[in-house]
Amino acid sequence: MNTLINIIVQGVLLGALYGLFAMGQSLVFGVMRLTNTAHGDFIVLLVFVLFALTGFAHLPLAVALILLLGIAFGAGYAVQYAILNRVSSRDPLPSLIVTFGLSIVIQNVLQQVFSADPRSVATGSFESQSITVAPGITLGYLPLVTLAATVVLAFAMQWLFGRTPLGRAFRATSDDREIVQLMGVSYRRTYALAMGIAFVLIAVAAALYSMRTAVSPTDGPALLLYAFEAVIIGGMGSFWGTFLGGMALGIAQQAGFYFDPGWGIWLGHIVFLAVLVIRPQGLLPKTA
Amino acid sequence: MNTLLNRPAASASFEVRRATRASRVAVLVLLVIALAVASAPWWAGRDALHDFVQLASYLVFAMMWNLLAGYGGMVSIGQQAFFGIGGYGMLILANYCGVSPFVAVPLAAVIATVVAVPVSLVAFRLEGGYFAIGTWVIAEVFRLTIANVSVLGGGSGTSLTALQDVPRALRESLTLWLALAIVAAAVGLLYVFLRSKAGLSLTAMRDNAVAASSQGVDVKRARLFVYLVSACGTALAGGLYFLGNLRISPDAAFSANWTAFGIFIVLIGGLGTLEGPILGALIFFVLNKFLSDYGTWYLIGLGALAILVTMFFPQGLWGFVSRRFGLQLFPVGRRVVFLDDETSARPATDDVTKALNTSSAAHRA
Repeated sequence: MNTLINIIVQGVLLGALYGLFAMGQSLVFGVMRLTNTAHGDFIVLLVFVLFALTGFAHLPLAVALILLLGIAFGAGYAVQYAILNRVSSRDPLPSLIVTFGLSIVIQNVLQQVFSADPRSVATGSFESQSITVAPGITLGYLPLVTLAATVVLAFAMQWLFGRTPLGRAFRATSDDREIVQLMGVSYRRTYALAMGIAFVLIAVAAALYSMRTAVSPTDGPALLLYAFEAVIIGGMGSFWGTFLGGMALGIAQQAGFYFDPGWGIWLGHIVFLAVLVIRPQGLLPKTA
Repeated sequence: MNTLLNRPAASASFEVRRATRASRVAVLVLLVIALAVASAPWWAGRDALHDFVQLASYLVFAMMWNLLAGYGGMVSIGQQAFFGIGGYGMLILANYCGVSPFVAVPLAAVIATVVAVPVSLVAFRLEGGYFAIGTWVIAEVFRLTIANVSVLGGGSGTSLTALQDVPRALRESLTLWLALAIVAAAVGLLYVFLRSKAGLSLTAMRDNAVAASSQGVDVKRARLFVYLVSACGTALAGGLYFLGNLRISPDAAFSANWTAFGIFIVLIGGLGTLEGPILGALIFFVLNKFLSDYGTWYLIGLGALAILVTMFFPQGLWGFVSRRFGLQLFPVGRRVVFLDDETSARPATDDVTKALNTSSAAHRA
């Protein structure tokens, strides 16, 4: 019984991280209808930026984290404005190819600069501290912080989309980017802002991820697939759905890992494909 | 212009031509090249034979990706699934079932086609960009499954032992001829297919799926057909590649790099043309041969080039050449040619020809 509870608890904690990965992806899907195949590589890129800030520039972690959020917003805004806006159209091919190309460039630039070795960001001993709530069930502080961050950010995003003028602009641009221009909204600027915010979400995910485990330059595609699966399992257009999707994926992987370490990721993929066949609209579709 | 358009009504003597002078020359040149390659074991070195087999794998993979994305409108990042199934299918049939590896390559392609049927049921739940990433997940499922099967060497892979008793020279010649046969079949069958009624409906579907559907094209069936053909061809490329390589591992067989290379070849050459992947594969092969030693820089260059081509040069090299010079080596369109009054009609005919050809020469808008 405790094993089962442990699988679910650890799955939820792992899923919180996936939910965090996926929220940026969900935002980009929702506003731009853009399939960003470099999403995972952007996460890895920001991990290495954080590593450079703490490891090479020797900044204190707190300062580095704040700087990272600023850098991330600027980078996201710039990437969307300078590159992705040029290829956004109804035809998915150009944006897919460009983001796929970006993914290859980022992976190899990181390998060239940082070598292929996996690295993690040191947090003192915070990442290894935990509390034991019951025999056999131990909760790490870092995963708990991750879960809290995911919940807070899901609330924040839901609020941003539902209650603010910017959120209204996001939703309107998503519905019809030609018409919003008549209302004085530049879709290019809106897209760039959305990507900037997505990058801030990615930065938070990257920071927590790099404290949890060692990251290597070629990890991006795997993270992209987890984020994508969480979005689809959860159902498009709702941040709580994405949150739930991350949980489902985390629990599935954790259960797989329990039976055999080789089948953990595999089981996560299978659950995703099963949801696709049985409930293609996802767990929490917005229009349901 | 008015009198010009009235002409066919006035005199009925015109005919529809499909071949061009360039296309007749191209067929001749291709035949000469095929003969040269077929006789290569008697005049070329071992490295050249191996190079051709690799080039053939890249080319067929890229042509199948082009069929799927450029004609079928389905952008996949998961074609390595069928490449790997082709490779592993060939190896299993040869190592464990006693089938000759050269027969196992087409057999594995049949297996991949059968596997593609249930896979399509899952993949077709998604569209556009979601389809692209969804197919990637499916390819990962195959990779992880094979990596967990210890009989096949697990994650570190295994070797093709069935060819141990075949003399090396014979093995290399047979592999080369198989590669030539696969390339010839792929080019020939795609050409015939695209000229047929089904090919015409496919081209219509590529340009506008909704409009094509309203004209009676069964879009769903056409998509499935293209997906299956593409899976079959990709598996042929995979079987061939690992037959030439003699060693296979899950990471090599199911690597997303295959699709990355395929996309690069098709984009450089020209999406949605038959000539494009051939030109692109040659360019890629030369780049790969001379620059792959630069490792990460080489890959950074390929990625950056793909981005630049998509943003500023979306028709690719062949698209540029065929527009600029009106060349078509594999004409899939139709031209109307007037037979009477040859001398005076000639310039007019050219105009009409041009007008009629734009539809077939135009690539993705």
